[in-house]
Order: sequence, then structure tokens, then C-alpha cells
Amino acid sequence: MSGDRLSTRFAACAAQGRAALVTFVTAGDPDLATSAEILAALPGAGADVIEIGMPFTDPMADGPAIQRGNLRSLAAGTTLRKVLAMVTDFRKADDATPIVLMGYFNPLLAFGPERFAAAAKAAGIDGCIVVDLPPEEAGELAPALAAHGLHLVRLATPTTDAHRLPTVLSGASGFLYYVAVAGVTGANSAAATDVAEAVARLKASTSLPIAVGFGVRTPEQAAAIATHADAVVVGSAIVDAIGAAAEERANDIPARVAAQVAALAQAVRTARTEKAA
Amino acid sequence: MNAPTGSLRAGPDANGHFGEFGGRYVAETLMPLILELEQAYIAAKADPAFQAELDDLLKHYVGRPSPLYFAERLTEELGGAKIYLKRDELNHTGAHKINNCIGQILLARRMGKTRIIAETGAGQHGVATATVAARFGLPCTIFMGARDIERQAPNVFRMKLLGAEVKAVESGSRTLKDAMNEALRDWVTNVHDTFYIIGTAAGPHPYPELVRDFQTVIGKEARAQILEREGRLPDLLVASIGGGSNAIGLFHPFLDDKDVRIVGIEASGKGLTTHEHAASLAGGRAGVLHGNKTMLLQDEDGQITEAHSISAGLDYPGIGPEHAWLHAIGRVEYQSATDTEALEGFQLLCRTEGIIPALEPAHAIAAVARIAPTMAKDQIIIANLCGRGDKDIFTVAAALGVTM
Repeated sequence: MSGDRLSTRFAACAAQGRAALVTFVTAGDPDLATSAEILAALPGAGADVIEIGMPFTDPMADGPAIQRGNLRSLAAGTTLRKVLAMVTDFRKADDATPIVLMGYFNPLLAFGPERFAAAAKAAGIDGCIVVDLPPEEAGELAPALAAHGLHLVRLATPTTDAHRLPTVLSGASGFLYYVAVAGVTGANSAAATDVAEAVARLKASTSLPIAVGFGVRTPEQAAAIATHADAVVVGSAIVDAIGAAAEERANDIPARVAAQVAALAQAVRTARTEKAA
Repeated sequence: MNAPTGSLRAGPDANGHFGEFGGRYVAETLMPLILELEQAYIAAKADPAFQAELDDLLKHYVGRPSPLYFAERLTEELGGAKIYLKRDELNHTGAHKINNCIGQILLARRMGKTRIIAETGAGQHGVATATVAARFGLPCTIFMGARDIERQAPNVFRMKLLGAEVKAVESGSRTLKDAMNEALRDWVTNVHDTFYIIGTAAGPHPYPELVRDFQTVIGKEARAQILEREGRLPDLLVASIGGGSNAIGLFHPFLDDKDVRIVGIEASGKGLTTHEHAASLAGGRAGVLHGNKTMLLQDEDGQITEAHSISAGLDYPGIGPEHAWLHAIGRVEYQSATDTEALEGFQLLCRTEGIIPALEPAHAIAAVARIAPTMAKDQIIIANLCGRGDKDIFTVAAALGVTM
């Protein structure tokens, strides 16, 4: 699927000789209005790709930071329909930054896979990551996404061995998300050498860009990953900051997030040149 | 959905589906482990030494077979069918949960796993897991909702006496479903050495199948026992259902006996017309949670809603996928009993038979009290008495307005 936002953006970053920065925020956290402002501020701050979490009551693969983000969002009345509306608004000002929805299957199933795929495409969404939908169970969603030209992004993990990898890669599109540590989001960081080995192993089997996430919190950690991977995903650190700012009832949450993302972007953009120098 | 042809006991299919239900909806990190578990279970089933060790432990450690007891005074009181009780409350640790825990810890040992985790609601499965972990000398961590810890102090102490670490789960609603979330989070973080003993016939494949298989000892014994006592099969089976492991354990060996009526009892809490119940078949929709597709209590956006039952063991917003399928094809009839009816069933059994049942099977007793009088005196009911009620006396006292 060439010519779409994801492949265009990854190609552009590669042409600049740098990794892409993927930033994750939970939609509607701490509320929809603030969340829309955060979203609008991300590209200018240096986010190359935006991952938007769809809140769920039972986020089993997420650590405490994103769990709390999910609950803040649900408490503020976020629904999938409102998330899609927020993306529709975002697209009025930005038609280039790829947006990937990330979440759990049940809210999509309740919405209806076909209805969801059509609405997501119309809103300007580029792909989905469904945490609890392994390839074996993807048949209920994958055809609907494909029919509307949406990517279903697959996950590889430290437990994905050579026997398992072909199953993960079959039908994968957009990019491959490498979960750097066996664990939940916001957990400990992986050693850069382990990540380098894993990325090399994955690259031998797929031409998809490799994005690395889980346990990447600081600009230094992001830079270390960015020397090896095509993209670096930062999520819990941003969600944590949003939570802390919401706690103190700050009125400049989007500006704070933008500053945090700018520091991450700076580190990611200079990682390979810094290393070479 | 059309009823399938052939045996109703053949499921699940190769991908763990019972009709549209079941499956393996887990994070990719867990997939290789789930597939490894499946292979290990297939190998164990084919190994006579595994079965022999399981049988030996069930006999000498658990105390099986459990009696099939003719409840004469209850039968007289209700004035209808003859009522037999399958006495799984007489097992070691006081409930059916131990049948499954013994089987799973033998599997864990076979797979070379050195650490055990489990979730628990009321604490019964936690106690059973802590028990087998102690018996086999493996460290054990039990996840329990902080709210349940407050409600079930005696079982928390039992688990600690047995050497388990009890971790309070503060996330979400701080009850059973959150404990299961947290156990899954621990498992995904410690896949290399940890075995997750799931307590009910739910979760990702192969759990619904293997938990069922370990619990079918209940139904296999009951079938042999009733044939010996009465020379024929029963007319009706009744069991209570939360996740549904005691019920599928009793029902499964009878699924192909089409003259045996089978009734499962969900907990309807304060009533099906309120939002405070745990009847995921009567009040839920198909969805995906905790690794399987099944019937779930959820709102229109697919967010999981809170369950309620006076019985902490039935207080779960889902149900095992095989029950969801048996409901869809109509082989098993599912009814419900309210908190009030369960309390009446609880007292009825105390008064007529000198048996204090757990609040979970008290729901089944409530259904028996409703159905038995409509049946002929030569008809036969088997109800599953899956747990004893010592753990519930404080809850019952509070509900009856008694201060202890």
C-alpha cells in the first residue's frame, strides 16, 4: 500500500537518515477538549506518527500509567464515536501525519468491525493496533480494515521466536511494532544491545519499518533505540505527564506535552549523527 | 445457530472455539506460551503416568470420589422429584476448585515452571492454588481485588498460612475481573518461569478445555454413582454458574444423553431488571475479555460493566465460552436465582439436611426448590453442591440482619 500516509512518512524519515518518533496518548485523557488540543500540538512538537489509545475498562496489557489514562478518559465520557470525531477535526488542519488507533478488541466488536473500518477511514485514520487480537483471531476485523485500506499493525515481542514470526508477519502491514520487553506498557527498559539484535533479526524477515516501544521514557532512551530502529514509540511517559498535570489542574497541559515531545524529537532526530560524531 | 451434528462433547475445535465462542485473544507476548501450554496438555493427556498421578492425588489428597447423597428430607419438604447432592463440598479445601488446581500444578511441573500465580475473587480458588503450591513446594502469588480482600479476611489469612503472597489489586473496580487483569499482567512480565493457574473454565484456549477436563471428574463420578444407586440416568442436572467450572464439570459427561435435562443457574443478584446482577447470559452480549470470546456484561460501547452477586464466587461479568455455546445451541437451559432466593436456598439446606452450603451452590438449591415440586416423585435430580458455606456465614449473617 504505497502512497499512504504511513509509508510516505516512514520513507521521508528514512530519507532524512533518522528514525521516526511515534507518540502515544489516550484519547479523551484527561478530557476530550484537552485531548484534542494535545493532538493538534503533537506534529508541531516533532511527532512523526501519532498513536491514539482507545480507552477500555480492562486494559490487560497496560501498566499503571496507561490504565489510569484509560480510566480518566472513560470518566470524562469518551466513546469510540467521539474518538473518531476528534480525529476528523484533527484532519481539517493536518492531512499528513499518520494516525494509528491502538486498543482492545471488545469496543471495536461492539461498534461492529465493518462499521468501524468505514468510520475510521472516513475520519482519516491510517491503521489499527489491537493488542488482544493475535493473527489467529484477526479474521473478524482484518478483512474489514483491508477493504477500507486501513493497516492492521502486528506486534512482535521477545517471545516471538523463529517458528512464530511468520505467523505474525502474515498479513502484517503499515509497520511492525516490536514490543521491546516482555511485560506491560511503562515497564522497565530493554537493553539497547538486545533491541539492536532483535531489530536485525526482524529486518531479515520483513521489509516493513520496525517501530520499537515499551519502556522508552526519556530522550536518552529514545535516542538509544533510534540508532537501531526505524521508529521509536513513547507512550507511558507522556501519559504519566498528562496524569500529573491533570492532578494539579494545570491549564497548560498541551504546552507541557509539546515541550516533552520536542525534547524526545530532538533526541531521536540527532541520535544517528550524534553517534556518528 | 443450528445445533451441531455429532457429539456435543467434541469441542473445542483446533483453535479453541466452541461455535463462535472461545479462542485465544491475548497479547502477542503470551501467544507462544499459550501454544506451548496446549502442546504440553496434549502430551500430558496421552501420558498414563500423568493420569495415574492425578488420580492418586484426587483419591488420597483431595478425598475423591465425593459422595452422591440422597437428600431425603429436602426431597420430602419439596414434595417432588428425588434430589441427590454431589458432595464436592467435602473435598479438601471445601470446594470443587482443588480438582482443577491439582491438574494444573502437575502440568506446571511437567513444563518446568517454577512459580505459580492465580487470581481469586472470594478466595476459594486462591486457597486451593496456595494449597497445591505448598504441596508441591512452589512459590505462589495470588492476585485479589482490594475490595474482596476487605470482604474475605479469613481466606486471605488462609492463603498466607499456606505460604502464598497475596497481592492487593487496586486498579479498576478492585474485584475479581481486575485481579484477573493483574494476573495476566504479571504473567506477560514473567512468562519465562511462571505458570498461571486460572480458576474457572474461561480464559484463552486451552484453559476452558483443560479446566473443564479436570472438573469432569465430578460428572463422571456422578454418572457412575447414579447408575449404581438408581440403575438409570437422572432426569435433571442443576449447578450454579459464575465462570462455570463446577457446572461444566457436572454437565459435560451428560451432554450427549439427550433425555437428561440440564439447567445452569446464573446469579441474578438484585434482579435481572436492575443493573446489579451477574447473569452474563441473560443480560449480556457476545464480546471479548480475558482471552476469550464469550457472553459479557457490557455497555453499548463495549466497556465492561460491574457484576453483582451476594456470592463473591459468582460476581464476574463473563462466563466460560463453552457455556455461552451450550446456551446458543440450546442444549443447556440457563435460569437464574436472586440474592434473596439464594439466601432462602442456603437456609433450606441447613434446616432440612444439616448441610451449610456455600452461597454459590445455594443458587442451585434455590432452583431445585423451584423445579423439584413440578416433577414426579419417581424422577431424579442431581444438584452440584460445589462448596461448603463456612466462608459465607458473615455475609449471610449481615444479609439476615444478625450481628455476630
